[in-house]
Amino acid sequence: MPHSISPEASPADDSTLPLADAQPLSNGVKEEPSSTSQDVTMSDAASPSEAEKNKVVLEGLFDDDDSDDEFSSSAPQIRPEEAPSPEPLKIKPSTTFSDPEVMRAFYQRLFPFRYLFQWLNHSPSPTNDFAHREFAFTLQNDAYLRYQSFPTSDLLRKQCIQMIPSRFEIGPVYSANPRDRKTLRKASAFRPLSKELVFDIDMTDYDDIRTCCTGANICLSCWSFITMAIKVVDVALREDFGFKHILWVYSGRRGAHAWVCDKRARDLDDQKRRAVAGYLELLKGGAQGGKKVNAKRPLHPHLERSLAILRDYFQTSILLDQDPWSSDRSAHLLDLLPDASLRAALQKKWDSAPSRPSSMKWADIDSLAASGALSTLDPKSLKEMKQDIVLEYTYPRLDAEVSKKLNHLLKSPFCVHPGTGRVCVPIDTRKVEEFDPLGVPTVTQLLGEIDTWDREHRQNEEVVVEEEDGVSSSQKQVSDWEKTSLKPYVDLFRGFVNRLLKDEKGVKREREEGGNAMEF
Amino acid sequence: MIRQDFSRVDPKRRAALDYKKKQFAKPEFKQQDYEHRLNFYVLPPTAEITLEEFEIWAINRLKVLSELEACSFRNRTLEETETYMSSILDKYLPLHSNSSRSSTLQEERKKDHYSHFILRLAFSATEDLRRRFSRLETTLFRLRFKDDNLRERVQFVNSLGLEWEKIDKEEREELASELTAAGGYGKGEEQGWFKVDFERVPELVEGRRVLLKRGKAYVPMREQQSIVVAEFTRKLDEALELTARQLPRIDEDDRLAPILAHLSQSFTAPDAAYSTSDANIDGLSTPTAASIDTLAQHFPLCMHNLHSTLRANSHLKHFGRLQYTLFLKGIGLSLDECIMFWRRSFKLMADDKFNKEYKYNIRHAYGDVGGDANRRGRGYTPYSCQKLLTEPLPGPGQAHGCPYRTYTTDNLIALLQRTGVNDRDTLKSVREDVGRQRYHIACNRVFEWTHKREIKKVKDDGSWGAAELDTILHPNTYFKRSWLLKHLGEGNAGVVGGASQDKMDVGE
Ligand SMILES: [Zn+2]
Repeated sequence: MPHSISPEASPADDSTLPLADAQPLSNGVKEEPSSTSQDVTMSDAASPSEAEKNKVVLEGLFDDDDSDDEFSSSAPQIRPEEAPSPEPLKIKPSTTFSDPEVMRAFYQRLFPFRYLFQWLNHSPSPTNDFAHREFAFTLQNDAYLRYQSFPTSDLLRKQCIQMIPSRFEIGPVYSANPRDRKTLRKASAFRPLSKELVFDIDMTDYDDIRTCCTGANICLSCWSFITMAIKVVDVALREDFGFKHILWVYSGRRGAHAWVCDKRARDLDDQKRRAVAGYLELLKGGAQGGKKVNAKRPLHPHLERSLAILRDYFQTSILLDQDPWSSDRSAHLLDLLPDASLRAALQKKWDSAPSRPSSMKWADIDSLAASGALSTLDPKSLKEMKQDIVLEYTYPRLDAEVSKKLNHLLKSPFCVHPGTGRVCVPIDTRKVEEFDPLGVPTVTQLLGEIDTWDREHRQNEEVVVEEEDGVSSSQKQVSDWEKTSLKPYVDLFRGFVNRLLKDEKGVKREREEGGNAMEF
Repeated sequence: MIRQDFSRVDPKRRAALDYKKKQFAKPEFKQQDYEHRLNFYVLPPTAEITLEEFEIWAINRLKVLSELEACSFRNRTLEETETYMSSILDKYLPLHSNSSRSSTLQEERKKDHYSHFILRLAFSATEDLRRRFSRLETTLFRLRFKDDNLRERVQFVNSLGLEWEKIDKEEREELASELTAAGGYGKGEEQGWFKVDFERVPELVEGRRVLLKRGKAYVPMREQQSIVVAEFTRKLDEALELTARQLPRIDEDDRLAPILAHLSQSFTAPDAAYSTSDANIDGLSTPTAASIDTLAQHFPLCMHNLHSTLRANSHLKHFGRLQYTLFLKGIGLSLDECIMFWRRSFKLMADDKFNKEYKYNIRHAYGDVGGDANRRGRGYTPYSCQKLLTEPLPGPGQAHGCPYRTYTTDNLIALLQRTGVNDRDTLKSVREDVGRQRYHIACNRVFEWTHKREIKKVKDDGSWGAAELDTILHPNTYFKRSWLLKHLGEGNAGVVGGASQDKMDVGE
C-alpha cells in the first residue's frame, strides 16, 4: 500500500503513536513543548536528534510504505530558522527535486492551494469542512505528523512553506478541530464525520502478470493496466452508484487514485464504503492462490459491462503487448484450465513450438477444444472459463482496504512524488487513453519553466510598468503555475472544483430547507 | 430479588411513565391502538401503567432477551433458535396475529410495546449494553417478522413508509435480463422488485446481489426481510443514542431509577426465583445428612466446590455456610438433618461451640427463629445465579460465590478437570464464556456436556420439552435437572413439569 497509511488506532487514541502531532503553528513562532505529553513540537520534530529518535520507530510503524519514499530520508535536513529568503530560485542543471529549496519554491509558487481549499471546503468562505479536516505531513526527515488542521488555505500554505513536507495526506472531516482533540472531555466528541470515497490502484498488484517492467518502473505498455482500471471503475461509480464528481489523480509513479467527492459519497460510513469496495472487487486469492476469478453466472451486469470494455484491451494490451504466456511462461495459462485432457493437448502442442506468441496460444484453446480435446468441459463452461481468464488479466486490482475506512488518509493531489519528482496531477477521464505518466512534469522542470517564461516576458513587463505607473502590472496577474505545463492540470482541477461547488450549493439549500424531524 | 421489593408497593400508587413527559413536547395520555402485530417502536408509550406492570413486563422481556442471548452464545442457527424460543415467547411475551381474533390482542401488544421501552431506558446507559440490547431486539424482531402472517406482514411493511418504490411492469420488462443476471434467478421465477437507495442494502451491494442503477438498488422481494430488519436496527440504534443522552432526567424519578438499575444489572444473568417445586423431585427420597456426599455429584460447581472445601477443611466460613445451607434447604434437607449435617462436618469442633455459634444461624436460615417476618417467610430463599454473580467477591479463605466468576480462568479449568470435565472443546468454550463474563452460560455449557447423552435421549424421545431444558439460572434447578437426567427410566422421566413454570410466582 504505497500511498496510504491506515490509522489502526482510533483517532482519539493516538497516544500509542510514538510521534504524535505538531503544535499548531502560529505564524512561525515556536511554541513551548507541552510539558509531559508525548507530543513532539514542531521545532523538536525538525531538530536532528529528535528526528533520529522518531525515525527509528517510524520505520517500524510504516514499513509497508514501500520504496516510493526512498529518497526523502536522504534529503539534507535544514532547520526552519536557517531557511533562506523565498526569492526566485534559479534552477541549475545540478538542482534536483529532493532539494528542500525546490520543494519550498514549489509550495510557494506552484501548488494550487486556493483550489485545494475550495475543493475540500465546498464553499468559497471557510467552513468546518475545511477547518476540521485532518492533514498529515511527512517531513523531509520522514517524521510523520498527524492531526494537522487549518482554518484557511493560507495557513495550510504557510505551514507547507515552513515545514517543506515531502508530501501531505488528506484525512476525514472530524466532529471537532483535530488539533483540539485532546482537550475534549469525552473521547466520543472526536470522531470522523465524512471524507471522499477513495480508491487506490497501484501497479504492484499487477506484478504477477506484468512482463514489460519490474518494481517501481513503468512504461506506456503496462500503464494500460491502470487505464483499464480507471475506465471500469469510473463507469461503475457513475452509472451504478450515480456519482458525478470523481477526480482521478496520478499517484506520481505507477498508479492512480480516485476521489469521489459527491456529498452522498462523503457521507458513507465504513460499512457502506466496504459495500462499494466489495461490489467493485473481483479477484480473490494471493500470489499462490491459483485461479483468481470465479465469477458467478449469469454475470452480474457490472461484470458484463466490464468485460465488454476489457475484451479489446485483452487482445491488444495483454496478448500483444504483455505477451504473458510466451515461451516458458505458458504454465500460468495451463494452470487456469480445469480440463486435464485439454491441458495435456495444449502442453504437447506448445512444447513443440515454444516461441508461439500468446495470441496464438489463446486461439489454440478454442481450436483444440473444437477438435475434441475436451473431456470434462462443455462449450459453455469453456467460454465462461475464458471469460474468467480475460477478467483475471484485465479487471481492476484495487487496494480495497484504502476504500473501506472513513478515516483512511490519502496523498493530496498536486503533491510531488518524492521518488520521481513528478506532480500528482489530475487525469482527464475524457482522454484517459492519452494520459502519459512519463510526460507528467517534474517539479524541477516546472520551476525552470517559470524562469523561462519570466525571461521571455521581462521586456513586456518593463513596458507595462511604465505605462501603468506602478499599479498592479499585468505580469503580477499571471500566477506562476500559469506560466508552466502545470496549467492544463490546474485548469482541469479548477473546472472540477467549480462543478462540485455548484452542485454543493444545491445540496446545502436542500439541507437547510429540509430540516428533518428528530426521531425517537 | 426484584419482585419481592416491589410487590409490597401499594398497588394504588400508580406510576405514570412520566419520563416521556420530559422527553417529548406533547404527551398524550391515552391508550394506543395497535393495528399491527409487529412494532418498530417509533412512538413511545403514552398511557399509565402500574409500577407492578412496569416491573413484571420488563422482567418478562428480559427473560426473552436473555434466552436469545444464550442461543447466540451457543451458536444456534436461526431455525434452532426459533424452535427453542417458541415456548418461551408464548409464555413471556406472546403476540398473536390479527387473524387469530384473540381477545388479548391489544393487551399483548401493549405489553410488548411498553416492555421494549422500559428496557430501552434500562439498557441505554452504556455502549456495551446498547449494543447487546440492539442485537437481541433485532433478533427478536427477525423471529417475529419471519413467522408473521404473510398478509399482515405486507400491511405492516407498507405502514412503515420505507420509501421504497415498487418497480412497474414497463421498467421491469426493460431491465428483465439485467435483473435476472443480478439477482441470480432461475428461469420462470416470478418475483417482484423494488428500488431503494443503495446505502440501504449494503450487504446486497457488497455481494453484487442486486442490480444498481444511478444509486438505486433493485432489490428482489425475497430480500425484503433483510432491509426491514436493517431498518429496524438503524432506527433502534439512533433512538438508543438519543435515550442515552436524555437518561439523566430519568434519574429524577426515584421510583423508577432503582428498578431500572436492577434490570440492567440482571442482564448479567436473568434472575430466577427459587421454586419450592425444585425441592419436590419425584423419585428422590428425602435427603438426609448422610446422603449429601452421594448427591453432591449432581451439584453445580458453586455448591460442589463448597462441599469439597468443607470436606477438606472440616470448616466453611460464614458466607459459604449460608450459601450452602440455603441450597441444601432448597433440595429438601430438613432443618434437623441440616443441623446434623453441619455438626458432623465440623468434626474438629466441640459441641458447645457449635451449639452456641453455629446452630442458631442454621435455624435462622430455615426460619425457625428470628423475627415474625423471618419465621413467616420460612427463612431465607436459596440464592439464584444472579445473586451469586452480583454479590461482592469472596475474600481470602472464603469459598462462596460462583467459581466461574471468582476463580482465575486457569484455576477454574483445573477445578473443572478435577470434577471430570475434560472435553477440550468444552473447556475452550468455557474459557471464552468466562472471558466475556458469561458465567452462567459457561455453567450451562458444562451441564450440557456432563449430561449430553441424557439430554439427547429426552430430546429424541420427546419426553422433555424446550421449557424443561431452559437455560439454568438457579443452582437448585441445576441439581434437580441433573438428578432427574441421571435417573431416567426409574419411573420419573417426564415428571419435571414444575421445573420452571412457577418460578416467577414463588418468591418467598
Ligand atoms: Zn512496463
